[in-house]
This record gives sequence, structure tokens and C-alpha cells, in this order.
Amino acid sequence: MLTHEEILSRLRERFPEAVLDVPEGMIDFTIVIAPQAWHDVALFLRDELGYDFLTNVTAVDWPDRFEVVYHLYGVQAGHPLLTIKLPVTDKENPVVPSVVDVWRSADFQEREEYDLMGIRFEGHPNLKRIMMWEGYEGHPLRKDFQNRTYSYAELEPTRKATPDW
Amino acid sequence: MENVWTIENVWNAIGMALQNWLAGFLPAWLVTLIMDLLVIVVLLAIGIVAVLILSFLERKVAARAGDRYGPNRWGPYGVLQPFADAIKMLIKEDIVPHVADRFSFNLAPVIVTVGAVMTYAVLPFGRNMVAANLNIGILYFAAVGSLSIIGLLTAGWGSRNKYALISAFRSVAQLITYEVPLALCIICVVMLAGSLSTQDIVLAQQERGWFFLLMPGIFILYFLAASAEMIRCPFDLLEADSEIVAGHFIEYSGMKFALFFLAEYIHLFAGSAMMVTLFFGGWLGPWLPSWLWFLIKTFVVIFVFMWIRNTFPRIRIDQVLKIGWKVMVPAGLVGLAITGFVDKLIADTLIAGVVLFVCNIALIVGVSYFMGRAQRQKEMAAEGAALR
Amino acid sequence: MSVQIPPTERLRTDTIQINMGPHHPSTHGVFRMVLTLDGETVVDLEPRFGYLHRGIEKTAEERTYVQNVPFTDRLDYICGITNNWAYALALEKLAGIEVPERAEYIRVILGELTRVMNHMLAIGFLWNDLGATTFTPVVYAFRERERILDLIEMAAGSRMMPSYIRAGGVVADLPEEFMPRLQKLVPHLKRFIDEMDTMLTKNEIFRARAVGVGVLKAKDAINAGVSGPVLRASGVPYDIRKVDSYSIYDRFDFEVPVHTAGDVYARYLQRLAEARQSLRIIEQAMRDIPEGPVTSLPYKQLSRLKPPKGEAYGRIESPKGELGFYLVSDGSNKPYRFRIRSTSLLNLTLLREMCIGHKVADVVTILGSIDITLGDVDR
Repeated sequence: MLTHEEILSRLRERFPEAVLDVPEGMIDFTIVIAPQAWHDVALFLRDELGYDFLTNVTAVDWPDRFEVVYHLYGVQAGHPLLTIKLPVTDKENPVVPSVVDVWRSADFQEREEYDLMGIRFEGHPNLKRIMMWEGYEGHPLRKDFQNRTYSYAELEPTRKATPDW
Repeated sequence: MENVWTIENVWNAIGMALQNWLAGFLPAWLVTLIMDLLVIVVLLAIGIVAVLILSFLERKVAARAGDRYGPNRWGPYGVLQPFADAIKMLIKEDIVPHVADRFSFNLAPVIVTVGAVMTYAVLPFGRNMVAANLNIGILYFAAVGSLSIIGLLTAGWGSRNKYALISAFRSVAQLITYEVPLALCIICVVMLAGSLSTQDIVLAQQERGWFFLLMPGIFILYFLAASAEMIRCPFDLLEADSEIVAGHFIEYSGMKFALFFLAEYIHLFAGSAMMVTLFFGGWLGPWLPSWLWFLIKTFVVIFVFMWIRNTFPRIRIDQVLKIGWKVMVPAGLVGLAITGFVDKLIADTLIAGVVLFVCNIALIVGVSYFMGRAQRQKEMAAEGAALR
Repeated sequence: MSVQIPPTERLRTDTIQINMGPHHPSTHGVFRMVLTLDGETVVDLEPRFGYLHRGIEKTAEERTYVQNVPFTDRLDYICGITNNWAYALALEKLAGIEVPERAEYIRVILGELTRVMNHMLAIGFLWNDLGATTFTPVVYAFRERERILDLIEMAAGSRMMPSYIRAGGVVADLPEEFMPRLQKLVPHLKRFIDEMDTMLTKNEIFRARAVGVGVLKAKDAINAGVSGPVLRASGVPYDIRKVDSYSIYDRFDFEVPVHTAGDVYARYLQRLAEARQSLRIIEQAMRDIPEGPVTSLPYKQLSRLKPPKGEAYGRIESPKGELGFYLVSDGSNKPYRFRIRSTSLLNLTLLREMCIGHKVADVVTILGSIDITLGDVDR
């Protein structure tokens, strides 16, 4: 068990530039990390602080930015919840580093955020749509997503003609 | 054969009466032809009636095993359900996949069913009641019984479905594997009986006692091999619905599917009947007519098969083959050697029987000990595997 | 784990690709796996999702907080109660709502009943996948499940989609007949679980099929976010009921069973042991349940609930593992972001690694032992 101050001081000591903000008044202890430093910070969190359980990866579409949110626990060390946020200000082409090689649990969840929120996770080995079909346009969980009616032909999954096996 | 009307030989008497009546106004060759055809028709009818009863029984037994009612809508206790099923099958659309190999696709159910029905020829349904008392009856049974492999392979290949293809592979691997121990067990019985004819085997059991009592080890081997041959649980890998959906008949519908279904239950009936013939004294039994004894015993064996089906999960294909080649074939060979030596060295039938029984028990104990030990070792090794 | 395909000099072999699902009897719903097979051996497996994707996360952003409760029922449709509970917990954390004592006890009782039910079904379906062709174990599990569902119906008015646990407590108090029936049911369930144990545990075929199949290493499991019985069967004693001791779980005396083999058989034993512990908790809760109000937030207030700006992640130990809800509020009566941390999706992460090298038949067994619900995977 680490106190919040310990985590912060060790993070700041190791990555002076990475910690952007520690927002006050949050229900869960949250640290805002610079996206470009995230992969190194993730390795540090896992290997040296013992946060070995990445439980949730998600993203929030704010009017001015995307926020990629990670919820971490330490199973073996018994750490309580640690929330990591990455602000992504580029709304046109949001990119954050992938942490699949750090925590395997990010695999499907990053794909899901890519699919539904349109955030590209750089370094993900298999960044494909997961819930929507291939060839689908748009990212439904974005706030500016315009829902519309689909014709049957559009809903047919894009597939090649029957292969001759 | 004299024409006596008793319950015991009522069927024979009917046949004889018919033959005599026909002989009154038809040439001899025509009478023989008609009588032979009649026997064939009767056997087919028995086959189909047996399937109707068995399919109903299967569902009822499964339902009772699962604390359910089972079919209970058509007729009292749902006894008319098989007819409803049959009508449904007949009027269903016959779908042939457009990529299927039509010739083999259509041929497969025929091969399977014909192969199954042909086994009925040598079943001794009662005293003097066997369609063809061949002197190689049991050999014929084994040979014709394995005809269905070709049908299954054809079905699996012709469907052009990958699940069906896997099932076809499995059918060849499994059925051929289990032919060997099956044949070894049959040879043991044949050695004791001194004949390949099914009727003689039954009569031999009248003298020496039921072979099931003499050779329990061989019986268990035969039972397992036969359930593999009949594609019954736990060896029903060919039609494993949880893995390869329905196996070779995944693409079949309507009447063709019904033919596979028919063949499966004909196999079940014929296999059980042959087991009764080989190990349970066939139609032997006091008080009741012989054909009734035969049917009672057969249905008891069938019930055991159904019971097992409702109780056990399925074995995996590599385990099936491993058990087949590494356990059943060696055990069958040992059993064959035991039977041969005892049969030749000990002249007195009673002492021979006792020795045979003891040796067979030793065989069962030995095989189960080694199999159990292997499994326990595997389990010991698995413990704590996640933490290593 | 990798497969060594022996060099073939004379015989030219080829792998085949086979589509297991979305319509397959053993994929527990509309799940699809693209298998590459070398004969019967699995060389590669790729899970494909999305056939049951209903966009709950998006839809929920357009509904008020209380209107979202029915959506949670439909995630893991086997255990609606615990889904409601996870959502209620997150919302209570977000809005700072207190829960009355009696409501907590009711939640525990129903939640643990749900766990027993889920574990029984999981074992039954595992046997189905193993090839108990005529559904015998699963039919018995269904029979007992029906008794539990009767109780849930008594409390919530609905069998599978209860929407019973809401922020601030539960919808309505238990009816009078509930407790006597529960008192009769608990010993009955205990007997049933013992019966299952005697019937299934020692079965040689089952052991031959399940021991050493689909081994999941503890380290990999933690790294891949696997939770619940699957994680604990890999030797990690991580139970959120103990770790977070949310609700009132710190008051009960129960153990966290652990098995160390990490295979299908260990997961089976794990579920059996957990169902027993759940019944233990129910017995204690039944004994201690106090009288009093069942909700601190009547429906009129709940329907107008506007949590302050902020965000909260709440999680519970659902029968299948960690079920979490991440709620972001912008101060209005609708969630700004409604994220479901799905149990089944995360437990599937290592499916490929677990299956490679095993036979086709083992794929369905491993999938059955992970115990997924497609409503939860796709959402």
C-alpha cells in the first residue's frame, strides 16, 4: 500500500515532466499524465510501484479534448484504485501510446476505444474494429456522432464472395 | 421342421404355413424367392419399428435422467411422438448445399443405412429364428457393420463442410481403431464356442454358461469397443454436437437426415442384440418364449447404453485413440492369449470357467490400476501449475 | 506456448481455417472464433465480437440515471442483480448516497443467491460443452436455478431482469413469505451442491478431459485483467469482496477459496467452493438482517437525481469476476459517460493463449470454463 503522496513523489522524481496535474476534489485519486510519456510511466507503475492489474481503459469525449482514462489496481501488492488520465487535445486525430505490452488487459479495451471513440493507440499489435463491422464509418461514442437509419444493404457485413475451398 | 403352433415358434409356424400355402399353386423357385423377400421385408420392418421405439425410448430415458417429462403430447405418454417425428422428417425440405459433391452427398445415407440393415440377417432373434444361419455369421456381422465407415466418410467429404470433414477424419480413425479390439473379443467368444455361427454361439452358452460370466474382462472390452463402433457416448465423437456441431450429418436435412438417424438406431439395436448373443446367452432363458427373452435382454442392454449416454461426458479424440491402441488392443491380446491357453490346456469346462473368470478379473484390475495411476500422476503434476 | 509442427518431408499437410460461431451450440451465444487447425490441433484462434453489440454505453448517455438501471440487467443476463448492484454502487459513490442497513443485507442475500445460481449454471454448461449430450447436469442446474429465480421474482417482480437494486437501496422491501422460503431453500441448495460434487467431481472422463487443459498462469492472468473465479482458480486469492469490502462484506465470516492448478478442472472446483461460501454468507445475512427502511432515496428523488460534477469508478465482485461502472457526471440528470468494465470481455483476453496447442474439443471446454455471457462481452 502506497500513500498518494508516495506515488506522486516517486513519479515526479522519475518523470519530472510527465505528471501534468493532480486534480483536487476527485472521488478517486487521479493523476493526469502527459500522453507522450505514458508508456514509460506505465512500465514504471507496473514494475516498480506494483500496479499489475489494469482493470479498465476508457475515453471521455469532452468538448475541447479527449480524456483517456485508465483504472489501475495492484493485485499482488494490494494497491487500491489509481486513476490515470491522459488528455488528448488533438480532436481531429487523437493518438496515445498503447500499453498492450505492459498490461495485456488493454488489448480488447483499446480496440474498443479505437472502434467506438476513434482514438488511435500507437503500437497496438492488432488495432481493428471490435464491436462494429469492418468498413463502418464514424465512431459512435463521440458526442458529435450523428445517428441515422441504415439500409439493409449497408448493414450487410462487408465480405468477399464465397471462397472456393 | 415340423409345424407346431406354440408361442415359442409362432413366427416360424406362420412362415411355414405361408410357405405350404404358396407351394400349393406356385413353382418351387418362386416360393423360395417370395419367402426370402418376405424375410427381408420383415427384417426391414423390425428395423424401422425398433428405431421408432428406440427414438421414443431415448427421449424418455433422457428426460427421466434429467428430471423432465419428455415427449407427452401425442398419444398416451407421448407414444405417438416417433410418428410425428417421422412425418416431420418426411415433409421437410431436402436441402443440398450448392458446393456439395452431389453424388457422394446423396449416396452416403444410403450406404450407411444399408450397411446397418444388413447386419440384421445374422441376428438370432429366437430358437430357429435367424434370417440366414451363416456358418460365418459373426464374421459377416463384423464385416457388414464396418461398411458404415465408408458411408460416414462419404457424407463428411460430400457435404463440403469443415465440421463434416473433421467428423469424417474422426470416423475413420475411431472406427478402424475399435474394429481391432472388437474383433479380438469376438475371437475369444468364438474360441470358447467353437463356431462362427451365431446360433451355435448361443447354444454353446447353454452348455458352458453365459460368456459374460466366464469372461467379464473381455465383456467390458467388447462393451467399450461396441459403443465406439455404434458411436454411442462416451465415444460419440463423430457427432459431437458441442464441438463439431453434428459431425457428418451437419448439412443433411429431411429424409436424408432421417436415414442417418435410422442407421444410428439400427446400429444400436443390432450391436446390443449381438452383445446379447455373444455374452448374455442370446435367446436362452426359462419360461418365456425365446424371442421374447432375446428382446428383453436386448432392450436391457440398450437401456444401459442410454443410461451411459445421459450420465457421462465425451472423451477427446486423442484420448479415444490412445485408449484404443494403448489399452484396449493390448488388453484384448492378453485376453485372447488367456482364453486360448485356458481353452486348450484345461479340458474340464467347470475348472476352465473358474480359471477364465479369475484371469479376467485380474485383467480388469490390472488395466484399471495402470490407467488410474497414469491419471493420478497427471493430476499431481497439474496441481500448482498456475503458480509455476 | 507454441505448437511445434514437425517438418513434413513426405506428406504435405495444410492447416484449415474453421469458423466456430456465431451460430454454434457451444459458444454461449453469438460469439465467433476463427480457428486455424492442424488436423485436430488448434494452431491459432482469433476471437471476434460484436454480434450482440447494442450500444448500451451510447444509449445510456441519453437516459437519466434511473432509466439506465434496466440496461444493466441486460448485460450479463444470468445475474441481473449483481449488475444492478455494480451500477448502484458506482452511482452512490458518485452522488454520495448512503444506503440503509436493511437494504445492504437484502443486496447481499440476493447477490449471493445470484452467485450460487451462476456457478451452478456455469458448471452445468461446462458439462454440456464437455459433451454431456442430453443436457443432464444443466437441466438439474436449471431446476435449482428456478427456485432461486422464484425468490428474486418475489422480491423484484421479475425473474431475470429484476432492476431491483437502485442507488440508495432497493426498490421495495422483501415480502413476508420471502424469509421462510429462503430458510428452506438454503439447506436445499447446500444439498444440491453436495450432490453435484458427488456426481461430477470424481468422474474419470471429466477429469481426463479437464485436468491440465487450458492452464492459465497466475502472472499472465493478473496481467490480462482476468478476474473472478478464473483468476482465483489460478492461485491468486483476489476477491473484491475481501479487498474492497464494499457494502457490508466485512461483517461476514467467509473464506476465499483458491485452487492452484489453473486448468478447467480447477475452475470447476473453484465454482463449487465459491457457491458453498456464498451459501455461508446468506446464512449469516439471514440471521442478522435488521428491520428498517430499504431505501434512502425514494423514487421521486431518484428520478430527479443530479449528481455533482465528477466521476467515479465503482466495482463489485460479480459471479463472473470484477464488474465495474465508470460514471462521469456533468451535473445534469444524465451521465456524461457511462462505461461498463465488462467481466467476460476481459476474461476472454487470454483465450487464444489458453487454447493454442489443444484440440478442437478443448476449445469449447476452455470457453465453457471461463464462463462468459455474450450480453456482457458485447454490451
